Amino acid sequence: MPITLPPGTAPGLLTPGIDSVEAVDLGGGTMELNMGPQHPSTHGVLRLLLDLDGEVVRQCRPDIGFLHTGFEKSFESHTYQQCIPYTDRMDYLGPPINNLGFALAAERLLGIDVPLRAQYLRVIMAELARIGSHLLWFGTTALDVGAMTPFVYSWRERERILDINELVSGVRMHTSFIRVGGLLADVPDDFYAIAQSVVDTFPKAIDEYEVLISGNPIFRERTRNIGAISAADALNYGMTGPCLRGSGVPYDVRKQQPYSSYDHFDFDIPVGVRGDIYDRYLCRMQELRESLKIVDQALNNLPSGPVNTPDRRVAAPPRNEINTSMESLIRHFKLSTEGFRPPKGQVYQAVESPRGELGFYIVSDGSNRPYRVKVRAPSFSNLTALPHMVKGELLADLVAVIGSIDIVLGDVDR
Amino acid sequence: MKASQYLLDSGLRVGNGVAADPVLVFAVKAAIVVLGLTLAAAFLTWAERKVAGRIQLRYGPNRVGPYGLFQPIADVLKLLFKENLAPATRDKLLFLVGPSLAVGTAILAFAVIPLSAVNHGIGAGYDLHWDISHLNIGLLFILAVTSLGAYSIFLGGWSANSKYSLLGGLRSTAQLISYEMAVSFSLIGVVILTGSLDLEKIVTQQNHAWFVVMQPLAFLLYFTGALAETNRAPFDLPEAEQELVAGYHTEYSSLRFGLYFLGEYVNVITVCAIATTLFLGGWLPIVPFLSFIPGVLWFIGKVAVLILVVMWIRWTLPRLRYDRLMSLGWKVLLPLGLLNIVITGAVVAFQAA
Amino acid sequence: MLDAYIPILAFFGICVVFAAGVPLLSAWLGPRKPSPEKSMPYESGVVPQIGARQRFSVSFYVTAMLFIIFDVESIFLFPWATIVRQLKIFGFVEMVVFIATLFIGLVYVWRKGAFRWE
Repeated sequence: MPITLPPGTAPGLLTPGIDSVEAVDLGGGTMELNMGPQHPSTHGVLRLLLDLDGEVVRQCRPDIGFLHTGFEKSFESHTYQQCIPYTDRMDYLGPPINNLGFALAAERLLGIDVPLRAQYLRVIMAELARIGSHLLWFGTTALDVGAMTPFVYSWRERERILDINELVSGVRMHTSFIRVGGLLADVPDDFYAIAQSVVDTFPKAIDEYEVLISGNPIFRERTRNIGAISAADALNYGMTGPCLRGSGVPYDVRKQQPYSSYDHFDFDIPVGVRGDIYDRYLCRMQELRESLKIVDQALNNLPSGPVNTPDRRVAAPPRNEINTSMESLIRHFKLSTEGFRPPKGQVYQAVESPRGELGFYIVSDGSNRPYRVKVRAPSFSNLTALPHMVKGELLADLVAVIGSIDIVLGDVDR
Repeated sequence: MKASQYLLDSGLRVGNGVAADPVLVFAVKAAIVVLGLTLAAAFLTWAERKVAGRIQLRYGPNRVGPYGLFQPIADVLKLLFKENLAPATRDKLLFLVGPSLAVGTAILAFAVIPLSAVNHGIGAGYDLHWDISHLNIGLLFILAVTSLGAYSIFLGGWSANSKYSLLGGLRSTAQLISYEMAVSFSLIGVVILTGSLDLEKIVTQQNHAWFVVMQPLAFLLYFTGALAETNRAPFDLPEAEQELVAGYHTEYSSLRFGLYFLGEYVNVITVCAIATTLFLGGWLPIVPFLSFIPGVLWFIGKVAVLILVVMWIRWTLPRLRYDRLMSLGWKVLLPLGLLNIVITGAVVAFQAA
Repeated sequence: MLDAYIPILAFFGICVVFAAGVPLLSAWLGPRKPSPEKSMPYESGVVPQIGARQRFSVSFYVTAMLFIIFDVESIFLFPWATIVRQLKIFGFVEMVVFIATLFIGLVYVWRKGAFRWE
């Protein structure tokens, strides 16, 4: 821009020379780069505004909301049981755990307990979902640092978990298997053998991954002391799950506030020391083994009995009763059309999702629909720490750090 | 005059004492090299995908033709009929030059690589060299031409006026020039041993033992540097799709993108051919009694094995980070290269004295 | 002697024709339906606000300088390498001095932090 003269100045005043030299804006020396939403490694439609100095990330500003679907609002116009399929689609890598969180919260509002068999089966499905989610995370983590092959290997194993999902619910991903008051149905007979074979064969597969990646010098180089966050910082940012445990805080909802009879099982909470990508990686790898331990125990101690609560407020009357009793028929009709009405009140129920503490806060006004549902999404809280973790790191590390937080954009945006 | 009659008259009947027409011989050689390299590179994409498939519990391409062999042809045809997209803000000339330079330099470097031993005195005293031209400084020629390839990547990345392209272009230029030195220093050891830059002489001097035995360090340095020079994993940072989407060729489409792809594979063939020539005895058989197999086949076989190793590495290892890559080049490969030169020089000089 | 370069020159011409002709062929065969969106540079699906012609990190420039220095030195090494046998110890010692100088330079820039890219 040539310098504009104030009005009234004589044109001759501005002599050619230093005054007429165009001012060139050199900028701050950083380049502003948009990473995402259409980018191969932002794990969905995350947009990051980066200030790059060469390859160094000076500042990182996440911009979320590209996958906003308004689930929380949708809950308000659906009956409690109808909300379950929506929870599936929030954290789409661990649907049964979302189902479980919502179901437990609604059950606490109602003040009912589900039979022990249902609790154990819920644990099995939730842990299998955790394994599936961690397997996918393992593949993408390797992919983020440039190793393409482990991705295919871990999907081979994940496929078997999806097969189990299909076996019990008829759907491979969004199972909606866990319902308020129990389960969709009892598991078929061949479930036990298939689940047991998963428990028996997976440790070998995990050993294989460890050989491929854990000991790889390039992988260690890429992840050690990268994206480190101290325990205090992690707590301040509200991080939970493997990201927090990687920094050395042994916080796990399954241990702190056991739900669905998690206290019946013997398992450990792995924690890291340095809080870097590699520690988060090791935590998750160990969690895979711990989850297998839980599934194994639940399978072998699985009690018999019904899988749905006998409480008539939630459970439909049995078929033979409907045929003989008018009241039962009306109850069945009411349940199908209106659903149930929990008492007035509010409840917060947390479960441990593969990404951290997943909380459902439900306010009931006594009607058949929740007055308000707020979801405490682990990915959202963990993502807030991203700018802190990547400040001063290289662009390549940014990708690895995003992978190590293991965000699911459906969970972030809801 | 019929074409066959012309060919006979112009000297293809070398066995009957007719001197071979140099122009015709050149034309045949040039056609073989250009078409051969292009075809070989195209089928390397097929081989790469097959190898990747095998490593990754998949089949790889298996729909087009037997074993999916016609897949590369289908790919090329598809690219050929695609629209050429280009950002409006590009630098028009340089944007065009980039991909052409990539493939042009890659093919040109192959001109001096001897595929087999020279056939002396066929026809009337005509020596048939198995390269396009027999230069006494062939090695220098290769170094000169391949370093021009760095321009193609930088020009492509810079001219597109897109940030991802620019970052990829900058990265790869820094990478290519850093490893350029590691590569040329590693070759000097072999030159000291042979006292010649003539590739044919270098091969014939490996009659007793391949230079990989006498120069193992140089071979490792060269192979590492060559992986980086050709942008292959674990040094494929210029096109690290997890970070830079597609790096320097983000903005290229259609066959212009295809040319970068072709250039990369031709480069892989070239560096493996150089490694074979300098370190693995070129066309020489592994053991003398196998010499009934033509030298060309030995040469191609050795190159193929090296290329297989290159592919294997790609599908196994994660990618190095940019600063580690540069550190490796400057702080490890370069000093080791200098050390290798000093040691080799000392041995040769003291032997001569 | 220079005869050997005639085929090289001819082959260079062939490479130019091949490398320039192929994109022309695809430009001729491919469709052409330009639109403003298509001709926008890619930036992850976001309309770029600023072009890519900005200042970039000086470390790339330093790398280029170092390359020029060391690559020129390597050219000096090639002629020496071909005649080590004739030069014997004298040539070797001379070259060790040369390489040592090079190496000191390398250590110097190393200590100065030219190889820190973070």
